[in-house]
Amino acid sequence: METYYNPQDLLKFDQIGKDAPDLAKKFFDYYGAVFAEGELTEREKSLIALAVAHAIQCPYCIDAYTQTCLEKGSNSGEMTEAIHVATAIRGGASLVHGVQMRNINDKLSMG
Amino acid sequence: MSVNTGSKNIVQEESVNAFDKALIQNKLVLKREKTTTCQINVGYLCNLSCQHCHLTAGPDRKENMTKKTAEQVILYAQRSKFDTIDLTGGAPEMNPNIEMLVEKLAPLCSSIIIRSNLIAINDAQRASLINVLKKNRVIITASFPSINEAQTNAQRGAVFLKSIETLKKLNTLGYGDSKNSGLELNLVSNPTGAFMPSPQEQVEKRFRTILDNKWGIQFDNLYNFANVPLGRFKVWLKKTGNFDGYMEKLMTSFNPCAVQNLMCKNIVSIAWDGYLHDCDFNLAKKIPMAGVKTHITQMDALPAPGSFIATAEHCFTCTAGAGFT
Repeated sequence: METYYNPQDLLKFDQIGKDAPDLAKKFFDYYGAVFAEGELTEREKSLIALAVAHAIQCPYCIDAYTQTCLEKGSNSGEMTEAIHVATAIRGGASLVHGVQMRNINDKLSMG
Repeated sequence: MSVNTGSKNIVQEESVNAFDKALIQNKLVLKREKTTTCQINVGYLCNLSCQHCHLTAGPDRKENMTKKTAEQVILYAQRSKFDTIDLTGGAPEMNPNIEMLVEKLAPLCSSIIIRSNLIAINDAQRASLINVLKKNRVIITASFPSINEAQTNAQRGAVFLKSIETLKKLNTLGYGDSKNSGLELNLVSNPTGAFMPSPQEQVEKRFRTILDNKWGIQFDNLYNFANVPLGRFKVWLKKTGNFDGYMEKLMTSFNPCAVQNLMCKNIVSIAWDGYLHDCDFNLAKKIPMAGVKTHITQMDALPAPGSFIATAEHCFTCTAGAGFT
């Protein structure tokens, strides 16, 4: 069955540099530096990446960072909690806009 | 296959496996150097049936080193003079000759190791063994795959909390504080699935912090190894559809720099029946040392430097990333 998302395409990510090699190099150098151990460990950064992957709903990122989280020593409990963090922020972002709804409602409606 | 255990390396065309091809492509030659370590696999009998076991060891296995072979091993060690002797299994604690092997082998080398799954060693019926290990300053190298209970139990059965109890007990005996006690306790961690291990230093740091904070447990060193796609682990990989992907990960992680530190250059591995292999993984696959079936009673001395080392595709495990020593 044809699909927009093919797991094998993840392995072709570097092909994105074919027509713009300088920009690709800048991106991949930056990407590598971001995930290197710093104030945060590589394991912690991978959990953040996994949570963001779910927030932006990127199947490539979910595949890659589930594996990376396991390789960095995380377990399914930690990964699940990370996803709940992303979910709480996404849900909260919707809900907090309810304040705008209430402001407008209060302005337009007879009190 | 035609081989020569001397300095000339003869490998017929049909025996060139993918690992040999990777060596050739990287202009590398794998040959035995000075043999310093003797690993003795006393048998496949084990009280656990771990999912990642490359030997498919377990409670039903009958292959266990006899007293006669154990005595032949001691004579072989006497005439070979190894720096390090490494006792493994199965669960080596379950071999009835283990205390004799420790007592006789410890004076023959500068360092003696026993591999432990942390359960068999703490069985009441083997109470005397820990004293023998302590008296002979035997290094305990213990399997402890993950600091997460669910991950550990998924790999090894419901043993995590028992393993914690054994580590605490070993600490009270002085193990894990080798600078002060001379009793070394090392941990071996490995991935609890079809993925690669983390960098060893990062894992050691995390294990040290969590084991200390949660249970007050100390250890000397941690080794973090990839799982070898043989035995029960291979069956699991195949059953779950992970085998091809796992092999691809191992092969694409081939690190030419890891070849110079491969353990097979400096080790001989003796099987429960007294036959020699280039490593415990070749032993699991019944590939004899240098491709020629040789019993310890046929060996007058150490294998000659420059000897051929038998390889197979599972060798990619030891060259993936930082390697396997």
